[in-house]
Order: sequence, then C-alpha cells, then structure tokens
Amino acid sequence: MNISSKQIESLKLREPGTPMIKFLWEQLKPRGAWLTPFNLISIPIIFLGIGLIVIRFWKGIGSITNLTQETPWGLWIGFDVVTGVAFAGGAYVITFMVYILKIRKYHSIVRVTVLNGFLAYVFYAGALLLDLGRPWNVVNPIIGNGFGTSSVLFLVAWHFLLYMIAELIEFSPAIAEWLGAKRAHKILSGMTIAAVIFGITLSTLHQSGLGALYLMAKDKIHPLWYSEFIPVLFLVSSVFAGLSMVIFEGSITHKVFSDKISDSNHKAHHGIIHGLSKICTAAMFAYFFLQLLVFIHGKHWTYLNTSMGYWYLVEMIGFVVIPMLIYFIGYRRNKLLLIRIAAILTMLGIIINRLNVTVIGFRWDATPHYVPSWMEIVVTLTVIFTEIWIFRWVINRMPVLQESPSWVEESK
Amino acid sequence: MSLDRRDFFKTMGIAGLTLAIGNESSAKPVGNQETEFFGMLFDATLCIGCGSCLKACSKSNQLPAPEGEIEPGVIQKTSESRRAVINNYNTSKGEVYIRNQCMHCNEPACAAACLTKAMHKTKEGPVVWDADRCMGCRYCMVSCPFDVPKFEYHSANPRIQKCDMCYSRIEKGKIPACAEACGDALIFGTRRELIAEARKRITENPDDYVDQIYGEHVAGGTGVIYLSPVPFKELGVKQGLQNASYPSLSKGFLYSVPSVFIILPTLLLGIHEATKTNEQNHEH
Repeated sequence: MNISSKQIESLKLREPGTPMIKFLWEQLKPRGAWLTPFNLISIPIIFLGIGLIVIRFWKGIGSITNLTQETPWGLWIGFDVVTGVAFAGGAYVITFMVYILKIRKYHSIVRVTVLNGFLAYVFYAGALLLDLGRPWNVVNPIIGNGFGTSSVLFLVAWHFLLYMIAELIEFSPAIAEWLGAKRAHKILSGMTIAAVIFGITLSTLHQSGLGALYLMAKDKIHPLWYSEFIPVLFLVSSVFAGLSMVIFEGSITHKVFSDKISDSNHKAHHGIIHGLSKICTAAMFAYFFLQLLVFIHGKHWTYLNTSMGYWYLVEMIGFVVIPMLIYFIGYRRNKLLLIRIAAILTMLGIIINRLNVTVIGFRWDATPHYVPSWMEIVVTLTVIFTEIWIFRWVINRMPVLQESPSWVEESK
Repeated sequence: MSLDRRDFFKTMGIAGLTLAIGNESSAKPVGNQETEFFGMLFDATLCIGCGSCLKACSKSNQLPAPEGEIEPGVIQKTSESRRAVINNYNTSKGEVYIRNQCMHCNEPACAAACLTKAMHKTKEGPVVWDADRCMGCRYCMVSCPFDVPKFEYHSANPRIQKCDMCYSRIEKGKIPACAEACGDALIFGTRRELIAEARKRITENPDDYVDQIYGEHVAGGTGVIYLSPVPFKELGVKQGLQNASYPSLSKGFLYSVPSVFIILPTLLLGIHEATKTNEQNHEH
C-alpha cells in the first residue's frame, strides 16, 4: 500500500486533457533534496567545465588540452568517445536478447539500458564536437559537402547518427507514455522491431569501426596493441563491456531509485544479473582467446620483457583473466557481490584497453609523451556528470524503471 | 623540368586511352583523361643547406620567415607555421642536408582518412587541403605515417597546415616556389620522369649514391622522392614503414561493411520470425 502510493507520487504522467505546455513546465522543475553528495560534487565541476569549454572555443583547443602534433587525439577521443561507446554496448546486446531471441527475463531492463545507450551516444557525440577544430563543418559528411566514403570515420559518423535515431525510436514509447500521447505510442511501438534490427546492425559496425579507425596508424601504436584484428577485438569486448555496465549501473539504480521499481522487478533483478554474468564469462573467454591468438600469431614474445610488456600483462591477466574467473565463480555460486566486483574490474579493464590503444600505446615512443591536462579531465567529468543529471531527470519522470501507465495495456 | 609532351602522349598510348587535344603548358588532363602526376626529387648529395627553398616557401605561403640556423645535430620539425624544414645530419660521409615536407603519397593515408574529402590528392599530384570542408577532426594526422599534417591548436578557426606543392602555382603552369628557388638539389617534374632521372644518377655515379630511391616504394610510393649519399636511416628519414599503401590497411574493413548490412539484418529478421512461436507459447 505504502509503496504503491509512493510510486504514484513519484511518477506524474500527463493525464489526457492537461495542456502540454503546462505539463512540460511542471516537469522541468527540480524535485527532491538538493544538497545530496552527488549534487555538491557535480555542480561545481559542471560549472568549471562550462567555463573551460568557453575558453576552448575562444582560444583554440590547445588552450586547455595537452594535444601535440604527434598525438592529435587524446583523452576526449580515447576515453569520452572510444571507451564510452564500448560501455554503451549493452543496448544492442539486451535488445538482441529481448526482441530477437525473445528472452523475457531481461525485458524489465530494456528501457533503462536503451536510455543509457542513447544518452551515452548523444553525450559522446557532444564531446566529439568539443574536440573538432572546425565544428561548424560537422554536417559536411552528412549533407554531402564531400562524401569521404573511403574513410572509416565517415562510416562511424553516419552509423553514430543513424544509431542515435534508432535508439531514440526504441526509447520513444516511454516518452509517449510520459506525454500521454496514445496515438503516437501506437505508431512508435510498431517501429520497435525495425529500429532494433537496424540498431544492432549499426552497433556491430561502429563498435568494430571505432577500432578500425586505428588500422592506418599501424606504425604509431605499440605492437602489443596493434593488429589487423582490432575491429574484431573491439566488437567482442563491447559485449562484456556493455553488459558489465548494465550490471554496474543496474546495481546503482536499484539502490538509488528503489522506490520506482515494482516488487516483481525487484525479484527479477537477481536473476538478470546472474544470467548476464554467464554471458560475460563466455564473451570474455572468447576475447581472451582472440587476444592470445593475436599475440602468438604476431610473435610478440620479445616485447614482453619491457615496461610496455609488463603493462600488457597487467591488462590481460589483471583485467581480463581475473575478472573472467570472478564472473565465473560468481555465476556458479550465485553470488551477486562477486559478480558486481567482476563488473567493476571488467570496466576498469575496458578503460585500460581502450586507452592503451588510443592514448597510452599511441606514439608511446614520442617525447614528451601526451598526458591529459587537468582541464581535459574536468571537461570529461563535466560530460559524464551532465549525462547522469539528464539520466536522473528522465528516470524520475518517465516510465523507465516503473510500470507503464494502465492505458498502454488497455490499448493492446 | 616540366611535363614532356612526347612522354605524355606515349604514356597515354600505352594506357590504351584515346587522347583529346592537349597543349604545351597544360598540366591538367584533357577531357576526362588522367595524366601522370607531378612530384619532386630531392637529391641530398647536391643540397648545400642554403635555405633559399625554405624562404621561398614561407614567402609564397604567407608564413613567418624561417628562424633558427641549419646546424648539425639541431633537428627542426615542420609545424603549423613551417611547411618544410632542412636538417643537417652528421653521417658516415660527413655533413649531409636533408629536406622534410609532405611526401604527397600516391595513395595518401590522410586523404583516405578524411571523411569530407577536405584532404585530397589532386589529379596533378599535390595532396591539398580545403578549409570549407574540413571539420578539424585531425584523423588525417592520426593516419599519416610521416606525421605531416599540422594543426593550429591555438586558433579559434584552426587550419591544417602542410605543404601543398604550391598547388595554386601548378594550376597556373608554374613550378613550386621551393623548386624554383633551388633548381639544383630539388627538382620538379612528373613522378615517372623523376624516378627515371634518379635511377640514371645512381647508375652513372654509383660511388656518390646509395642504391635506393626513398619514396619509390615506401607507403605505396610517394610523389616526393629522395636520393642520398648515405643510408637513409642516418638522415632521420622514417624507417620501417610498409611498402603497401596505408589505405590498404582499412580496405578489408570497409569492404565488409556492405555485406554486414545485407547479411546481419536478414539473419536477425529470420531469428525474430523463428522465435515468434516461442513467445506465443510462453504467453498462452
């Protein structure tokens, strides 16, 4: 009784008849307590970041970054875009399982995962704009002021754009429910399968495409991280990177937004995480096997006894083999805590791997080697925090974790 | 050295292409015919490090005049304000000067990387950059094996700076400013002619040259080629690059994209249809 009244309290969907403008205005107002630890940390950083972004557009990218002529891509590409997109991989894996394989078990996390993926893409596309020297020309590859079809980046740009649209369509029924738009809901729901199929195809292509971007940098990336299999490695690792993010994010939202989650979904949560840990174990095993093949095939033994070689071993053993084993043990013993630890280690491993390819191993021999400035880090944090703010805003207003309004069932 | 009309005709004939009317000064292909493209030959045995090519370059491109002397062991790099540099290396045969600028690759990685074709190889040979198209993504810099394109990091309206072989001069039938100023160690011509000339010099003076033309094969062949009295690794020239072109590295991925776009959706739709009955059974 108590829970259900709380649910109605937190989710104010638009009743038919309420004027749209008035409704939207009320939805914009902040809710809940202001002085939370997250707000106290994130607000000053976001303001500092906005200030730095102003300086960046006024005085050039070099005014706040440590980028050099040898290292033209730094933290904003290597972390914000390349790593962030790997973490957004959960959306295509979960939609594949729910809409294509029809595994109903994972249905309750589809919306939050798709929302996560969509916001990740929007914000990483936004972060990309900060890194473009001439962002006003960003529409050129879309409008045809030069179709550079021989460029992997051309494909990645188009796939990014189309995938954001596909994910928006996948998520749009939740927006329609929020706005009380019944007819739109019906039309948009009918488009879900097409969007899912299109979205999965685009995802596989640009997850691997982000790796393929670095194929031409053959002589600039440390041999332990360069191979013609980078696209395949990026694709396979995006499966467990995305699912680890789903486990991590799911565990947090479960605590933070526990009042929004129905009892049945609370109970399903454990089973979902348990199931995902099995998929992660398998995907990580496949990934490790591929890495091993690349290593042996490339005859990289001589590099092992160098400082970069030790770092490679830390990545492969510490952040692939060990989390894989923890996932496996967590799955076998059905221990949620172990699975969550494995998810965090795996995510750290993905960060390390993507940064090794894009930043740490990229022109590792250049002196001085690129190290991001504190300002680049603040801007990166600004992007992440702003994304979390929007995520929280949507979760608090739209039926993402909560059940859909009753008219959805009626109209079926 | 400019385009030799007879050689031009001969090449066209070998290629089995019909030729429309051409004229002496025109370097452009006639009609839709392709011509062989221009390049430059730098001969390190002849360069005395006078720097007149560098002065001509900065003047012609409205860039600040070169600063700093050309001294042995002081290695200068091209930058957003310098499209070419000359360095002096202490080698096994004494001091040798060598120039560094854009190599104008036959199949440039920067052009293949560019998603707006802002960076592109012209039919005449120079690899040029177009400000109206460029997004400033700097993927050309990531891809170039010679680290040639430079970015104006401290500008709100940044450009990519690199040698364009004085493309605007070539279009008017003139030769690049540096080659005009030098006329000795740095010569301009069609790539085929330059390779022939380089080979002739090596054959005629085997003691003065190492038997290698840098740029003949490296990175799939470059428009700018080098001759040297000493092995190129003594001159700080990029070593260990592959002979295949760099765009060939991402071709496999690019070619697989259309197939994935056909096969994967079909497969997904198939599985979707196949699992439909499962769902119905589940619900009833």
